Amino acid sequence: MNAADSPLAARPAVQLVSGNHACALGAVAAGCRFFAGYPITPSSEIAERLSRALPEVDGVFVQMEDELASMAAVIGASMGGVKAMTATSGPGFSLKQENLGYAAGAEIPCVIVNVMRGGPSTGMPTRPSQADIMQSRWGSHGDYPIIVLTPASVREIYTETIRAFALAEKFRTPVILLYDQAIAQLTETVQLGDGMPCAERLWASGAREAYRPYAAAPGAVPAMARPGDGYRSHTTGLNHAEDGFPTQHPETVERNLGRLLTKLDSHLEEIASWECIDCEDADVLIVAIGISARASRRALEQCRSRGLRVGLFRPLTLWPFPENALQAAAAHARSVLVPELNTGQLRLEVERLLGRDRVAGLHRIDGEPIAPEQIAARAESLAKGTP
Amino acid sequence: MIVDSAPAFDVREYLRKEMMPHFLCPGCGHGIALRALLWALHELKVDKDKLAVVSGIGCAGRLSAYIDASTFHVTHGRPLAYATGLALARPDLRVVVISGDGDCLAIGGNHLIHACRRNLKITCLMLNNEVYGMTGGQVSPTTSEMRVTTTTPLGNSEPHFDACALAAAAGAGFVGREGTRHVPKLAELMLAGLEHPGFSFIEVLSDCTEIFGRKNEMGSSSEMILRQKSELRPEAYRDTVDTPFRANELPTGVLAKNARPEYGAAYRKAAAAIKAAAAKKGRK
Repeated sequence: MNAADSPLAARPAVQLVSGNHACALGAVAAGCRFFAGYPITPSSEIAERLSRALPEVDGVFVQMEDELASMAAVIGASMGGVKAMTATSGPGFSLKQENLGYAAGAEIPCVIVNVMRGGPSTGMPTRPSQADIMQSRWGSHGDYPIIVLTPASVREIYTETIRAFALAEKFRTPVILLYDQAIAQLTETVQLGDGMPCAERLWASGAREAYRPYAAAPGAVPAMARPGDGYRSHTTGLNHAEDGFPTQHPETVERNLGRLLTKLDSHLEEIASWECIDCEDADVLIVAIGISARASRRALEQCRSRGLRVGLFRPLTLWPFPENALQAAAAHARSVLVPELNTGQLRLEVERLLGRDRVAGLHRIDGEPIAPEQIAARAESLAKGTP
Repeated sequence: MIVDSAPAFDVREYLRKEMMPHFLCPGCGHGIALRALLWALHELKVDKDKLAVVSGIGCAGRLSAYIDASTFHVTHGRPLAYATGLALARPDLRVVVISGDGDCLAIGGNHLIHACRRNLKITCLMLNNEVYGMTGGQVSPTTSEMRVTTTTPLGNSEPHFDACALAAAAGAGFVGREGTRHVPKLAELMLAGLEHPGFSFIEVLSDCTEIFGRKNEMGSSSEMILRQKSELRPEAYRDTVDTPFRANELPTGVLAKNARPEYGAAYRKAAAAIKAAAAKKGRK
């Protein structure tokens, strides 16, 4: 098909869309051609939009029988060589964890959107929350690497969705796009990107006899065999050797699991992404993500207008956490404030990196976002040394 | 007839020889089922490069590793859900699922009924040995009434599942059952399932000699296979007219067949219409 005939070509380059719709548009732009999902508030608009958008680009949308199945179908499609995504919210995210662990262990690229709502259990389906920060890192059993991105605007949902696919394909890992209900259903303009790079995973090439599915040097990502290309390889959730078959041989497990668990370590600079606003001279450094970061930004302006030296550190890559960047940003801060919609999950990571003495939290769990004024008031008292 | 191809069929062409010896217990019926599947694939002249086998967890789930194809050993109960994604994304592949009675009917029961309803072209084999063999012999959804397992020490008091009736009721395009005692018949049934344009569900009555058979004093493997003809199934307790042969032997062969549209083709047709509508809208 010639580009001018593409159904996408007729669309304006700037669109006024919700965060969830931006996610769907970003997925299509990134080359996602398979989506499997299950209805759940507040993420369903992603599925609804893709049920129409994917057929237009010869992709496949399927609504599965449950959350477990939609995660499984996404991995199945990706094993078939197609970029694939699913979207859910807290209760569904809990159910995704089983197969998410499989994707991490078998190194199958995929993107999982988790629009955070209140919890535990069914929680508050239409209210924002940021309480899945730790689950996004540690939700499935066992040790495994994972990448989690936390956009804070509709535009950023679009660009981070594309980045999520790029990272998933390059590093053969599940990537989680983690944002809250407030941003999911916020409407802003998005500049649809032309020529955004659609990363392709490394496919096996060369002689079948020489191909070993999980043979890779430490820090390297093994080439994947596409079914139909003649490699006829085996994929399993059991601990496996370089040849892809199960093993319990201690040295082989140590070597292969060790490579898996450290495969992101030598690429942290490439994966890490954050925003620093007025950090250089900050006495009080705010660390926040998503809707809380937006409120913090306003709070920062309010504080600065009052002559208070307040800065904001906003991780876009939440996991692996941009450790060095935070430590550098907080080098001169006397106090660090972590506003978040939970009782201290991000604060726990910040405390781990900066020590508990100078870190304070500002938490809200009633289903309402934290107001800029609340953050500004707390930052001001910290700046004046009266916490 | 499949028996005509028997002389030309060499199972070793379809096995990963480097994986031998296999890990199945002596007397296990799963190897017979695997041979029948490979025989049917041979009869169909399936290109191994275009064959994808997805299996779940348990003894049956381990079979995929022995097949010289693109094989995926996935999570417990989910092979049909993985296969759904794979078959939708890659309609050029032939997708076969190998599952067990626990994998398919207990933890994966929801996926089974919806795969039947959806009618996507996948061939699903459920190897029914009436027990969770891999975990040491616990009761499964197909364990016959009063059988002893490690979790039913006084005998199973739950009624067993009729997987074929379930699959047929849920709308599977093709449903059949056969025991391991008739290998050509079993291969013939698998061949018919593989040739069906929609979802096909085949229950293979297998036997777990080492664990289930031992616990229930059912004798050697050959004796267990012979029991497929006699009192193995709970129906034996109803309307029995002449033991050891029962009047209402569990039905085998093709049990249901329908010509409902295959989901992948139906989806692609609907998608083409959406695409055409979008292109028309774009031109205005």
